[in-house]
Amino acid sequence: MDKKEIQKRNEAYNRYVKARLPKTKAWPSLFNSFWVGGVICCIGQGINDLILLWFPSIAEQSAWALTLITLILIASFLTGIGVYDKIGKFAGGGSIVPITGFSNSITSPALEFKHEGVIYGICVKMFTIAGPVIVSGVVASVVVGIIYLFI
Amino acid sequence: MSKKQTVIFRSKPVITGSFSIVGPKEGKGNFGAYFDKVIEDDAFGEKSYEKAEKKMIESAIEGAVKNAKLKPEDIGLLLSGDLLNQIISSSYAARNFDISFLGLFGACSTMAESLAIGASMIEAKLFENVVCATGSHFSTAERQFRFPLELGNQRPPTSQWTVTGAGATVLSKQGKGPRITMATFGKVVDWGVNDVNDMGAAMAPSAMDTMLAHFRDTGTTPDDYDLIATGDLGKLGSEILIDLMEEQGIKLGLNYNDCGQMYFARNQNTLSGGSGCGCSATVLNSFIIEKLRRGDLRRVLFMPTGALMSTTASQQGETIPGVCHAIVLESDAEVKHQRVIVAQPTKFGTKNVGNEKQETEKITTTTTTSTDKPTRAKANKKE
Amino acid sequence: MYYLWVFLIGGFICMLGQVLIIYTNITSARILVTFVLIGVALQAFEIFDPISQFARAGINVPIIGFGASLAKGAIGAVRAKGLLGAFTGGLEATAGGIAAAVLFAFIFALIFHSKTKK
Repeated sequence: MDKKEIQKRNEAYNRYVKARLPKTKAWPSLFNSFWVGGVICCIGQGINDLILLWFPSIAEQSAWALTLITLILIASFLTGIGVYDKIGKFAGGGSIVPITGFSNSITSPALEFKHEGVIYGICVKMFTIAGPVIVSGVVASVVVGIIYLFI
Repeated sequence: MSKKQTVIFRSKPVITGSFSIVGPKEGKGNFGAYFDKVIEDDAFGEKSYEKAEKKMIESAIEGAVKNAKLKPEDIGLLLSGDLLNQIISSSYAARNFDISFLGLFGACSTMAESLAIGASMIEAKLFENVVCATGSHFSTAERQFRFPLELGNQRPPTSQWTVTGAGATVLSKQGKGPRITMATFGKVVDWGVNDVNDMGAAMAPSAMDTMLAHFRDTGTTPDDYDLIATGDLGKLGSEILIDLMEEQGIKLGLNYNDCGQMYFARNQNTLSGGSGCGCSATVLNSFIIEKLRRGDLRRVLFMPTGALMSTTASQQGETIPGVCHAIVLESDAEVKHQRVIVAQPTKFGTKNVGNEKQETEKITTTTTTSTDKPTRAKANKKE
Repeated sequence: MYYLWVFLIGGFICMLGQVLIIYTNITSARILVTFVLIGVALQAFEIFDPISQFARAGINVPIIGFGASLAKGAIGAVRAKGLLGAFTGGLEATAGGIAAAVLFAFIFALIFHSKTKK
């Protein structure tokens, strides 16, 4: 077989495989991600309201920062005790998109690579998943900042 | 005519010992009752899962040698491989044995690869006894090929569950037990699938290629086998294989099944089924060899497939090549014994369960009286 | 009553993430990157604050909020300090979250082990 024929065969095979892929029902998983995500946001709102209630003089920005830190703490702990991955299996996007998912993506590789030692395991591998998030966010924000410098 | 890929073993190397060891989830699966050992904690008392995998391969080798009523000194060669980088589980397990070691990498096809090489060695009269072993662990494979265990992500429906388990087989020049009569060495086949979550589709063409070569070289048909078992194509992959074979004009019937597809119970949430070196290795070394010893299965075509990919290659946009090796196992038990059926009440009425104890007693009496004659006679007729 | 908005908008954003998972099969790292970039863009075009007025935690808790505060920090610092602000502003505004995530991950990694999925 020459290259063209092989490519043709591969394309046909990939089309066939795609058609054979099991069709999952999208609605249940969309619904689960919707309500779990909603609940996580409501918990965040609750924490924010409590902070404002206890420290009425706090700035809005700081209150949000404290809220996020609390959520990160909770998610990190749930990851440690092995609960967050079960929530994630159920909710998918519902527990990946909130800041708790970011926390989970930092804590889980840190836990996983513990046996390779503190430096080469925990510290090096901590950002294997969340690294791109911080990199892209920082790059984008600096670009936006520079653009604002000129307008 | 294309060149032959199949070798026929005239000396018919004998499987004198086998051992399978699996994790707790696998123990609850469909083959639970057949495994030699089910560990309760899948860290196996070790600090890391890599160490657990190494220890499982070690215990499988020990167990198989013991089952063959041999000592490590009697074994000429150890053939082993696994999924981890630099096949560390196998080589680290091998350092505890006083046996020459050959490390193999055939991904999930390692069990057939090692048996085919081992049988060839015995056929060539280079060794008297050879041990073939392999194993895999869900948690080590998961972190090498996919994501950390605690990451809250969803597995796509085509993904498969790497089996935590190890199997070892002792091949001998002489003795009693099922025999390896043929082996087909497979080619690397790549039909351009690059979805790392759909290994079944990536490997199915290689299974087809080897199967066609086997039938062409030996002149056999699917009906000549009581069981044709692929390794870990999973639900989707084995359906694809059936379609591909049908296109080639060969119909795979009820005697075809896939170890990965059979492995777990339906309620165990393993999506497309089991995978990994341990999947086919533990099914072979428990269920299939046991059935061959009893004579329930006379002739088995065992052909696990392996996806020869690495994360580096797939991140660089490479497609996934597959390889499949096939071996033919034949029973030397004299007659099919009668299966004792005992009805047991269950939640949904009654189900028929073989009375294991009574049964095994019966077999020992039949196998001790049996000789090699019938198998030979049958094989001669074929030739 | 604003909890209803929080729930609906937060849930809707998470559901968009799930749509991406189902129809494009992308990994969670890519989802997080996508949503951070959406957040930066929303802030850059000054759409984030009006939504945040009534969505509150509904848009601040999703990682979009993280992206928005990166951009907000950078923009604010540029106005106060000039060019240097573009570099310092983003991380300054999100330092709390990143430091917390790193610290807690480090501590819990020392305490707990990862468990096999059942």
